[in-house]
Amino acid sequence: MSTTTYREAVRTALRDVLEREPRAFLMGEDVGRYGGCYACSKGLLDEFGPARVRDTPLSEAAFVGAGIGAALGGMLPIVEIMTVNFSLLALDQIVNNAATIRHMSGGQFSIPLVIRMATGAGRQVAAQHSHSLEGWYAHVPGIRVVAPATLADARGMLWTALADPDPVVIFEHAMLYSLEGELPENAGAVDIDRAAVRRPGRDVTVIAYSASLYKALEAAGRLAADEIEAEVIDLRSLRPLDDATIMASVRKTRRAVVVDEGWRSGSLAAELSARIMEQAFYDLDAPVGRVCTEEVPIPYPKHLEDAALPQPEKIVAAVKALFGAHG
Amino acid sequence: MPSLGADMEAGTLVEWLKKPGERVARGDIIAVVETQKGAIEIEVFEPGTIETFLAEPGQKLAVGTVMAFIRGEGERAAAPVVAPILPAPAPGSSGAPARAKPAPIVQPVPAAGAVRASPAARRRATELGIDLAKLSGSGPAGAITLADVEASAKAGRAGPREAMRQVIGAAMARSKREIPHYYLGDTIDLEPALEWLEAENLKRSVPERMLYSVLLLKAVALALNGYPEFNGFWIDDGFRPSARVHLGVAVSLRQGGLIAPAIHDADRLALPELMASLRDLVRRARSGGLRSSELSDPTITVTSLGEQGTESLFPVIYPPQVAIVGFGTVAARPWVVAGAVVARRLVSSSLAADHRVSDGHRGARFLSAVGRLLQEPQTL
Repeated sequence: MSTTTYREAVRTALRDVLEREPRAFLMGEDVGRYGGCYACSKGLLDEFGPARVRDTPLSEAAFVGAGIGAALGGMLPIVEIMTVNFSLLALDQIVNNAATIRHMSGGQFSIPLVIRMATGAGRQVAAQHSHSLEGWYAHVPGIRVVAPATLADARGMLWTALADPDPVVIFEHAMLYSLEGELPENAGAVDIDRAAVRRPGRDVTVIAYSASLYKALEAAGRLAADEIEAEVIDLRSLRPLDDATIMASVRKTRRAVVVDEGWRSGSLAAELSARIMEQAFYDLDAPVGRVCTEEVPIPYPKHLEDAALPQPEKIVAAVKALFGAHG
Repeated sequence: MPSLGADMEAGTLVEWLKKPGERVARGDIIAVVETQKGAIEIEVFEPGTIETFLAEPGQKLAVGTVMAFIRGEGERAAAPVVAPILPAPAPGSSGAPARAKPAPIVQPVPAAGAVRASPAARRRATELGIDLAKLSGSGPAGAITLADVEASAKAGRAGPREAMRQVIGAAMARSKREIPHYYLGDTIDLEPALEWLEAENLKRSVPERMLYSVLLLKAVALALNGYPEFNGFWIDDGFRPSARVHLGVAVSLRQGGLIAPAIHDADRLALPELMASLRDLVRRARSGGLRSSELSDPTITVTSLGEQGTESLFPVIYPPQVAIVGFGTVAARPWVVAGAVVARRLVSSSLAADHRVSDGHRGARFLSAVGRLLQEPQTL
């Protein structure tokens, strides 16, 4: 065990892949000489050289398209898009090409591409730099979407994602890079299919992903003081969703609250609550609750940004609303 | 859905006794509603013509839910209340798309048979054969949860009996929580009243004979005329005296529990009428056929445990009433009359009253007045 950070875990994962897999390479804006906008690739240019760690022009469509081409050509590209906000410029490449080529070629060509990008709000960088659009990507068949919330997942998901024949989008929440924690020396690849129960409980299932996991865990701690034992689920994989783990928990607790930093309308939270309704309706004791970001462009002022985002107290309130007189 | 008691939250419509289009007069029975206290007949308070029924038999309706529209005499049919946002298209214009109807002024009533229960509770209740309508819920907005169903299954079959126990519990807990009771006791020489009654009954055929309880009820009702602070309701932090005396009579039910429906205007009824009313009320209380107003408007309650042989009792006020009078058993005991100890038939009387409305001084005088009236039974 050693104490490290989420950022270090991402860097260790990148180095591990570059060392072990000669077809793998990293490209994106400022990933080389600058060491990555979030310093995830610091030192990798010196270690692996400019052919494996490539700075690209400021054109998301171009370098994502190049990544798709490289994958078609037999490489294992890791494309870093600085943040999800700028990924919209590459949406055509991701949705129209990366997600479709295997299916439109009758399985002749797969796209073993990994796209990493930072996501989320909370740093006072205003609306254009604070989007949480994981739900948009999770909407699209043909790609996988994962959201590592823990150091172990930041360390372990990259290898599995790269080994997958389909394009995988990895969302790294910008607020998580400085998260400190323990990581075993021998930490390695992890699955990218299953949700994980991060805290067991019997009274309500709180479903979260990415940085919201920690808000959910904090809320669960406060709820425990009121004798409500919340089970906290970390989705890990946003597409596909691990229905089995979610439903097993909801069937046990009979109540669920979904925490989602995306906007409520048409959100992952909406999808989850619909699935719970479809698959576990007769096990429910209350309507599914949702704690999402308020439907506004994320404000710049700190107090308004905080008010717009899911917070532990909102989660506590949403959970308590599922209980009546005994709550 | 009228409130048939301070503790009532909802009732289930059993049947409509009138039809839309029918004219109804004040006092007509329009519907039968099942409550935790049994089946109650709902009266009409405003005369008119029934326009529409908004509830269907089987529906559980919260108190205050509009059940029907009755168009008063001379009123026109209800018009939509919500004004359209856009002016109506000119006649003949074809361009405007059909607009949605204005929103109804009444919230849509829940689907027929709706009980607020979670899906998990419904499934479990079906498995266990439990009637959800008889449970009360602890979930959000009073919804019945799985835990409620399982608790009721554990406690045995939830029936009306338990529901009544809950109702009594809620009302009495509220009473003891909110009403500062004071208690007074007295002993009444019932010999003159009983002798008068026995002589009176000899003149009557068996079915027309009267019970001594009628004398007690009438004495209380008459005494109230001089002590209005014991007759009425405590509502919204204030006392509202009642001009009329509707005497609630505590009737114990054979299956357990009790109910205290009112004899209306008890102070103005002659003894034979009072006896007939009492008989009718007890019969209907035990068979289930009480009217809504009888349950909701007693202005004071009288309770007697004489038949059970109890010497005296300390009754609990039924909110929002402000007083309750109790009578114990009638028994021959030593009593001093004109300096000599003689055997007389006595009864203990007691008063529990709301200290927010009256003081013991007035209470004592009221209780004495009841005893005094019973010394002159021919005036009752």
